[in-house]
Amino acid sequence: MNRSFIARNPSVLWFLAFLGIFTLAVTLMAEATGTGFISTSFVKTLGKTLCLCLVAIAMDVVWGYCGILSLGHFAFFGIGGYAIGMWLMYARTETIVTDSMAAQVVPPSPQEVSDAIASQIFGVVGASEFPPIWAFAHSLPLQLLMVVLVPGLLALVFGWLAFRSRVTGVYLSILTQAMTLALSLYLFQNDSGLRGNNGLSGLQNIPGFESTPQSMVSMVFFWASALALALGYILFAWVVSGKMGSVIRAIRDDETRVRFLGYHVESYKLFVFTLTAVIAGIAGALYYPQAGIINPAEIAPIASIYLAVWVAIGGRGRLYGAVMGTVFVTLASSWFTGGGAPDINLGFYTIQWTDWWLVLLGLSFVAVTLFAPQGLGGLVDKIARKS
Amino acid sequence: MSKTLLELSGVSVSFDGFKAINSLSFQIGEPELRAIIGPNGAGKTTFMDIITGKTKPDEGHVLWGDKGISLLGMSESAIAREGIGRKFQKPTVFEAQTVRENLAMALKNPRGPFDVLFYKKTKRGAERIEEIAEQTGLTDSLTRPAGELSHGQKQWLEIGMLLAQEPRLLLVDEPAAGMTPAEREKTTEMLVEAARTRAVVVVEHDMEFVRRLNCKVTVLNEGSVLAEGSIDHVTSNPQVIEVYLGR
Repeated sequence: MNRSFIARNPSVLWFLAFLGIFTLAVTLMAEATGTGFISTSFVKTLGKTLCLCLVAIAMDVVWGYCGILSLGHFAFFGIGGYAIGMWLMYARTETIVTDSMAAQVVPPSPQEVSDAIASQIFGVVGASEFPPIWAFAHSLPLQLLMVVLVPGLLALVFGWLAFRSRVTGVYLSILTQAMTLALSLYLFQNDSGLRGNNGLSGLQNIPGFESTPQSMVSMVFFWASALALALGYILFAWVVSGKMGSVIRAIRDDETRVRFLGYHVESYKLFVFTLTAVIAGIAGALYYPQAGIINPAEIAPIASIYLAVWVAIGGRGRLYGAVMGTVFVTLASSWFTGGGAPDINLGFYTIQWTDWWLVLLGLSFVAVTLFAPQGLGGLVDKIARKS
Repeated sequence: MSKTLLELSGVSVSFDGFKAINSLSFQIGEPELRAIIGPNGAGKTTFMDIITGKTKPDEGHVLWGDKGISLLGMSESAIAREGIGRKFQKPTVFEAQTVRENLAMALKNPRGPFDVLFYKKTKRGAERIEEIAEQTGLTDSLTRPAGELSHGQKQWLEIGMLLAQEPRLLLVDEPAAGMTPAEREKTTEMLVEAARTRAVVVVEHDMEFVRRLNCKVTVLNEGSVLAEGSIDHVTSNPQVIEVYLGR
């Protein structure tokens, strides 16, 4: 990465400037650091949206640039969330348990403390022992490593099996849907070790910062999300520029021809699939502490399809398009389903947006596909070309 | 006489019982220009598929290079890296990318994902691209998207990409299809020039074009070699006349 990379990609600079201004504006208007014009819950919504933008640009790289329509990338996002959630839940429960045991005359043994934490966490699913996958939950550094390792390894193994067998197109999409569905169904089981359908909760409480108000915690996560999005954007813009971008776009357009040029197509797909899965994991690890709860419904197949819808509406093959699509659809979604949009009374029927939002989203998806295949990002390109 | 670069012996392959290639034997030296002709369904494309690793033969040997290593069991990309370049019947260039990007991708360089990710443009690479653009008459089009090129230019770009790979063997499928007479002449020149330093196999329907290549001709029919020799030799062969020219 050097100066010429930025010079060759002015859109990166534009994006970073825009993100910087946006972050500053939110900071100045938030409760903890500014005027309080923006509520803490809305700061969380914005922070979460930035995380969704990060996973969306990953999706754009894997689908828009490399042509792999993965309908399972939200699984990696969820795994990242679970990985950080395990530590958050463990550490917080540990604090509570040791506090309550401090009053005992006989100091509790480490085993007693561990048992007490386990029965606190797993009581809801009728268990009282730590499953093996919680082995590292006591350590933040190890669990942070899991945030990147687990999605990365899953993507590596899954991708290796799928790409090696030359599964492409719609068959690959179905396979990725099956992956996320299987993972979601597994996690719904009470004995999966991750509290079944209860999921992990209380994630907004950061251990060690109990006295810090949520308004401040939400700001820190908002900044972290903005920084992660900026770094992710630079990383992906670098990957898809230059010769690497040339090869992966060529794979999207005609992978057989790329093979006869001497490139081992499967290695490239595996690289892109795994890298984007790791970034999706990081995005998830930043998202769920802001959401406060993660459960298996989060990684249901529909979540990954939404991801594809955002990228399609924003315009495939341009990173800012993915960001625009995500921001537009998620904010519109929370406006329509959160009671922001007024109901429309047609006399014989009242359109309630909570029911009709999905229909509207579906129609706009069809409209974009038919009339503006370049998506919202394509409009930006048109304006940029005129000026 | 040139030494053997590629040797196929007793190669057979069948699809659902249909024998596309039937104990075919074939040799080509380096450098050499060779034309392959034959009626539709003679197995010309399957022959190329076998050499480039797209199709695995049921039996037979495909030996390559000075050491005579077997190409069977190697992936398409590994065979390409060994030095076998292939041009398809339909011009297949990456239309969304510029002519320069197309050529840069084909340049002989390490092909691993991390080599490519950290690839730095070199002066030598840029010179090589200019050189190939010159040879293929695309100097003025380097910054244009390949999709904007005419049909003939796309064919030349693809030949240019093959040259950029610096292959030892070049397989060219119907290069003259859909070209104007002037374009054909230029294509002939390019192929003859390329064959000065390497082996070039041209599969072609057009007899006039083959005659102009002025090289040894192999006639395929029903998956095996029917005749081999100079163009006059094979066109006077009664069997060849019957199966191919007579129709």
